[in-house]
Amino acid sequence: MKKVVTIQPITRLEGHGKISIFLDETGNVKDAYYQVVEFRGFERFCIGRPVEEMPIITPRICGVCPWAHHMASAKAVDAVYGAELPKTAKKIREMAYNIFYIHDHSAVFYALSAPDFVVGPDAPRAERNILGLIGKIGLETGKKVINARMVATKLLEKLAGRAIIPTCAVPGGVSKPLTEDDRKEIEEGAKKLVDFSQFTLKIFEDVVLKNQKYLDLIMGDVYKHETYYMGLVDEKGLVNYYDGKVRVVDPKGRIYTEFHPKDYLNHIGEHVETWTYLKFPYLKSLGWKGIVDGETSGVYRVGPLGRLNVADGFATPLAQEAYEKFKEILGKPAHATLGYHWARVIEILNAAERVLELSKDPDITGKDFRVPLTNTPSEGVGIVEAPRGTLIHHYKTDQNGILTDVNLIVATTHNNAGICMSVKKASQQLIRGGNVNDGLLNMIEMAFRAYDPCLACGTHALPGQMPLDVCIYDANGRLVVEIKRP
Amino acid sequence: MNKPRLAIIPGANCAGCDYSLLDLGEKVIEVLMAVDIAYWPTAADLKLEDLEKLPDGSIDLVLFEGAVNNDETEEMAKLARRKAKNLIAFGACACFGGIPGLANVASKDGILRKAYIKSLSTVNQQGTIPCKLTRLDGIELTIPEFLESVKSLDQVVNVDYYLPGCPPPLKLVAEALTAALSGKLPPKGTVFGSMKSVCDDCKRIREDKKITEIKRYHQLIPDPERCLFEQGIICMGPATRGGCDAVCPTVNVPCRGCMGPTPGSQDQGARMLSALSSVIGLEVETGVSDEEVRKLILQVKDPLGTFYRYSLPKSIMRRVWGVRE
Amino acid sequence: MVENFEPNIVVFACNWCSYAGMDLAGTSRIQYPHNLKVIRVMCSGRINPVYILEAFANGADGVLVTGCHPGDCHYISGNYKTRKRIILLERLLEQFGIEKERLRLEWVSASEGEKFANIAKEFVEQIRKLGPNHIAKELRKEVAVV
Ligand code: SF4
Ligand code: SF4
Ligand code: SF4
Ligand code: FES
Repeated sequence: MKKVVTIQPITRLEGHGKISIFLDETGNVKDAYYQVVEFRGFERFCIGRPVEEMPIITPRICGVCPWAHHMASAKAVDAVYGAELPKTAKKIREMAYNIFYIHDHSAVFYALSAPDFVVGPDAPRAERNILGLIGKIGLETGKKVINARMVATKLLEKLAGRAIIPTCAVPGGVSKPLTEDDRKEIEEGAKKLVDFSQFTLKIFEDVVLKNQKYLDLIMGDVYKHETYYMGLVDEKGLVNYYDGKVRVVDPKGRIYTEFHPKDYLNHIGEHVETWTYLKFPYLKSLGWKGIVDGETSGVYRVGPLGRLNVADGFATPLAQEAYEKFKEILGKPAHATLGYHWARVIEILNAAERVLELSKDPDITGKDFRVPLTNTPSEGVGIVEAPRGTLIHHYKTDQNGILTDVNLIVATTHNNAGICMSVKKASQQLIRGGNVNDGLLNMIEMAFRAYDPCLACGTHALPGQMPLDVCIYDANGRLVVEIKRP
Repeated sequence: MNKPRLAIIPGANCAGCDYSLLDLGEKVIEVLMAVDIAYWPTAADLKLEDLEKLPDGSIDLVLFEGAVNNDETEEMAKLARRKAKNLIAFGACACFGGIPGLANVASKDGILRKAYIKSLSTVNQQGTIPCKLTRLDGIELTIPEFLESVKSLDQVVNVDYYLPGCPPPLKLVAEALTAALSGKLPPKGTVFGSMKSVCDDCKRIREDKKITEIKRYHQLIPDPERCLFEQGIICMGPATRGGCDAVCPTVNVPCRGCMGPTPGSQDQGARMLSALSSVIGLEVETGVSDEEVRKLILQVKDPLGTFYRYSLPKSIMRRVWGVRE
Repeated sequence: MVENFEPNIVVFACNWCSYAGMDLAGTSRIQYPHNLKVIRVMCSGRINPVYILEAFANGADGVLVTGCHPGDCHYISGNYKTRKRIILLERLLEQFGIEKERLRLEWVSASEGEKFANIAKEFVEQIRKLGPNHIAKELRKEVAVV
């Protein structure tokens, strides 16, 4: 008896990822595959385009994290021209980027993570969505969430014309300076966002940390992987989303290596499999050992958990306080995959604090918002931390600034092996002797969802219900059992 | 009471159109209350089978988001057409191919080889490339197969309405949804957007001056009041349908044409070519040699990738032919 | 080179000079190739680039655009605009994978019947050497809407 369990988020025909689980003769899980079925070919079709166009072309890689591509791209173009940005430009970019973090992370938290915990991992399916969440936490709170998101949306529109697919960063700076009125509005908004983030953190602490069952779930072996971690840190070793050097820590939490973004090729390689459009990045010095964790495997993870594991802390006080608690409970490095959720909430707070800080910075309304780029262009790398992890844009051009080579390693790609492992481990623990039950769906879903894999983009916006079908096929591909969500 | 049925179906997209619906704020809730969701992966737990089970033509409104670039999105497009009473191409990708449509500058093979073999960070001596079917131990894993050319939705199936933009401006989305839900849809074939160009919405000052030098966007800080085009920066405003309130020029960034061609023009690039030819040059060109004119014109670095940024598959030529890589 | 290849050429001619020049060639019995499909327009400035793209998309192997000499356009600057369009269009065609030699712009006055005939001959030969334009066939394969 050889069986395949196929879990296709969304549907068989579309959606950007699907999960296939292989059972052995005894009905236990032999292997699991997380397949990404989407591919658009940016690396090729951007060649021949003028490099300054990249900050508006690449946000179309992903409508959920367009700002990350926008910023990584602008930074890469700056580097192609060897430009040094004026401080106002840098600060406006960083501020906008932090607002985007709140916008994105909070949507993910409320729509995707919270229902699992607040409503409960084993609550009826129909309630495990944002409406069920509102049912639990009250309509007032629900409104608060929507309002906070609107605050962030409005601020992003102010800075970039629109919140989704921005036109804020331009090569050499930002598209426009900020007036004192803009600044005041941002400061007001930022105060609300700090409140909102504290409130969000409190929900997480009240609901999750005070519940031993959830804590056990988080700390349990089902969701644990001892891997390397990667993320940007600033010159003090603190979490920074917009800029810094790349740090890698080993599974023991020791600094394994640190490098300047431009040297990423010395450290990261990518492996290709035929069954997924997503590559598998790994640490070159350790080599590709397959989809496995541990100290000898080159597999590393990125994202909120990765960032908290590599950094020495946060530069803002409230987030730092929350981080201390995080470390105390989950340890450092925290290998608990579900720790991603907690890390994300702390980052919302950090981002809000940083926006408030920057909104009060006198430089923010400076006149030096942009410099013309005049050097001869050649090659440049731009790295930012996308909400889902390290994002690398690397461009090469001819002397006219026409692209001759483009390399992109997007956040979710770094996590590809991690996601595959998490899915496999969760299913191995749950599928025994060919028995598949509804609880499995949620458990696997939770393993997968913690990463908030961007390539399953469409699935995490509104009520955060990722539809899953589990189909068990026999060796001839005949459907034997089908479990459907109510 | 029978509520109208709504479905949102993604193709080769970035999910930005879909995701931007969230920024409709309360309007989203209104819409959700007023409709029966037949399929909307973002919001509702419904399966493809549920969609397939519905009688043909029974979904009042289907928004298809994204271009068509692989065999599975092609099937989805056909399914969307069968089930839809009204099929809307939602966003630049569905309307004209959008940014993913730029893949038509290259061959399918070239695209795959670039990403999986020739990319700088890939270590792939065996030359492994993802493929439709992988057999592992007697088990089959499938992924969709990339098409030779990326297509707009209406190159695969008939489309009733177009809602352009990348993503579509929220006020146009609201307009389309309101029209559909109140049963007051305009005549088939309507494009939601203005009947004029982006320039007509743009507040920047135009002096009807000729330009004698094309400047690249990174080379200068444009005057914040004056028309970007007249400052030498190529702006797609004149060749692009309005309706977005000229958001990009408003924040000093040139329009790149995401609303598609102006009403009545079928090929956005050709339209832009004409517009550029009128603006560029000297007031009096008697005595100016062909060579001089050529030098001026060839400052336009990437006409194809600029003029057809969002509409290459929908252009008369559709793609670059005979690509050798 | 393809055997027996007879190029399919589209000629755009402005009413006032070039078409008259072509007429003159005809009435003076100057021989010029028969494989020209001539489209008369009021002014070369009225030739929408779409016409030219459509011509190639529909199987033209070459497109010859003719207009009044610089300074002679009856609408003052139509031909200057055309000159700019054609240069840009050549660049665009190249990017589309169509040899820019398939498109040509010439100034022909009403009295230049012989010049027209020579240009036409030369252009037909040039296209003959380039061979057929395959794009139209390929394009038709792509057009199939359910
Ligand atoms: S039209 Fe733009 S926002 Fe919409 S899916 Fe396409 S790239 Fe994304
Ligand atoms: S060309 Fe661009 S900047 Fe000028 S008026 Fe039109 S849209 Fe505005
Ligand atoms: S200005 Fe142009 S690129 Fe910007 S949104 Fe409008 S149509 Fe799209
Ligand atoms: S009238 Fe002959 S070119 Fe204008």
